[in-house]
Amino acid sequence: MSAESNQLDPHTWVKSHADYLYAYTIKRISDEEQAKDLVQETFLAALEKVDRFEGKSSERTWLTAILKNKIIDVYRKKSSGLRKDVQAAEHEQEDFFEHDDGHWRSAHAPQTFGIEDVDHLVNKEFNSILQMCLQKLPALWMAVFTMKHMDDADTTLICSELKVTPSNFWVIIHRTKLNLRACLQRNWE
Amino acid sequence: MSQLKKIQYNCKKATFLIEKKMLSRITFREHIELRIHLMGCSVCRIYGKQSRIINDMVRQLFKSSMPGEAKLDDSFKKELQERIEIELNKN
Repeated sequence: MSAESNQLDPHTWVKSHADYLYAYTIKRISDEEQAKDLVQETFLAALEKVDRFEGKSSERTWLTAILKNKIIDVYRKKSSGLRKDVQAAEHEQEDFFEHDDGHWRSAHAPQTFGIEDVDHLVNKEFNSILQMCLQKLPALWMAVFTMKHMDDADTTLICSELKVTPSNFWVIIHRTKLNLRACLQRNWE
Repeated sequence: MSQLKKIQYNCKKATFLIEKKMLSRITFREHIELRIHLMGCSVCRIYGKQSRIINDMVRQLFKSSMPGEAKLDDSFKKELQERIEIELNKN
């Protein structure tokens, strides 16, 4: 059975995997048109690589790996350039802490707001707020955050793919969470 | 002001260490500094708790394939399979 399932059948690709790949993409790139394009590009790229499929992974895993690389390409393109969105996001958190001693300013200090006790893992409403807040992140932060948290990518890999230094990587992880947490608190209450 | 005293009041640094610690290793010294800070700072304790929960939720969100998830429309899928068939017939 396992040997059987590790074969490719492009005639059934769309039926078997298109929705899965689309859902995978839309969570990482919140642009429907772009996500559709990526799914299409993935299948077309896969067709050209069919000969090189060794059957070591399942068809779906193999297709997802191709898609993953395409998503990273998009991240790289989106986050290069002027990075104005990063400046805006940094500006947003400028007032979170006192400038001299780094203490929370009271207006921005984290407060309990309900995620502590609800069964958030199955809470639909919370998921949609979370997604909305993720979408507000600058492209580079979203890329770093997604690769780390969703795909468990190695930090060194993320740094080289997205051209950030290791110290900047941790600054981004920290800043992303600050904005994300603040956004959740603002919108949940 | 000694380093230790400084971190004791520095929530920006403390939250940075909270984030780093969840994904990687921090030094022994940083570990001690963070603990001292958290003992005296209830706001950062809340931050730490929420941040962990957010990580769990994000992980869950991206792992799950929930019903009612984004789906492609049928006409797009039909065209896509047709496109694949055309490519297949080329060879």
